[in-house]
Amino acid sequence: MPDRFVTRGFVGRREPTGSAQAARIPPGQHLVRDFPVLSAGPTPRTPLGSWSFKIEGLVKEPASWSWADFLKLPAQDFVKDISCVTKWTKLDTRWRGVSVDILLEHVELDRRAAFVTAFSDGGYTTNIPLPDLVNGQSFVAYEYDGKPLAPEHGGPARLVVPHLYFWKSAKWVRGLRLMERDEPGFWESLGYNNHGDPWKEERYTGD
Amino acid sequence: MTEPIDELVLDGNAVAGALSEIYGDDMTTVLAECASCGNVDHIGELLAYVHAPGIVLRCTACTTVVLRIVQHPRGARVDVQGKRIPRPPK
Ligand SMILES: [Zn+2]
Repeated sequence: MPDRFVTRGFVGRREPTGSAQAARIPPGQHLVRDFPVLSAGPTPRTPLGSWSFKIEGLVKEPASWSWADFLKLPAQDFVKDISCVTKWTKLDTRWRGVSVDILLEHVELDRRAAFVTAFSDGGYTTNIPLPDLVNGQSFVAYEYDGKPLAPEHGGPARLVVPHLYFWKSAKWVRGLRLMERDEPGFWESLGYNNHGDPWKEERYTGD
Repeated sequence: MTEPIDELVLDGNAVAGALSEIYGDDMTTVLAECASCGNVDHIGELLAYVHAPGIVLRCTACTTVVLRIVQHPRGARVDVQGKRIPRPPK
């Protein structure tokens, strides 16, 4: 049973909920005020001088940014509710980063591109349908709550796809690979859902 | 609340129960060889990350994944990447 490992840091501190808030909490989730840290491995410590972000795969020419170049891209503030498959939901999280739409403007997509694998320092991967990343739905964040994104939360930069379970929001993200077919990532290859919509409770394969 | 991520690391003994449910036997004294660097650890000594959607056991020398478990509602899923570790019984 997963509950064997439940600690406050894992699932967060439960908060009482009013009805307006309750309407924003997907089924099977509970509200937290703190920001639980989840990790499947050691926190990478890539020096910013050797950090890069790439868009590769089914694109005419791959694109790559250094940290300094990435910070020059047009950034936006985002306020989003996030839900983790370990059943916590956090409302009104405040981020700053670059919309994936902006990043994709720098490449010419092959018409076969339909899925994306986000890849990270440390070897983590997660798969997301391309339509779930575009039209303002996702961004690469480097600030949280007005401060540089902390390493334990995925800094220097993480993907944020707030409308999907948070394992899709790859910490320590280093790039996006455009694919023709869906290729299960780190958790998806062991039974987690390829899509992961919290409002449909798409937790596991077959949900 | 934030805490250094390294405080979230346990060792393989912490997931002895989950392993024995899958294998039907104590696995912590079984030897596991890292497929990447060749380091050999007892499963009970491996780095264990459990604050995650599943359990991840990693090599103490190079942190490569040795074994993963997801407590799927339709039965535990196990992925063995290290060498020497027996395949879980079906
Ligand atoms: Zn190793």
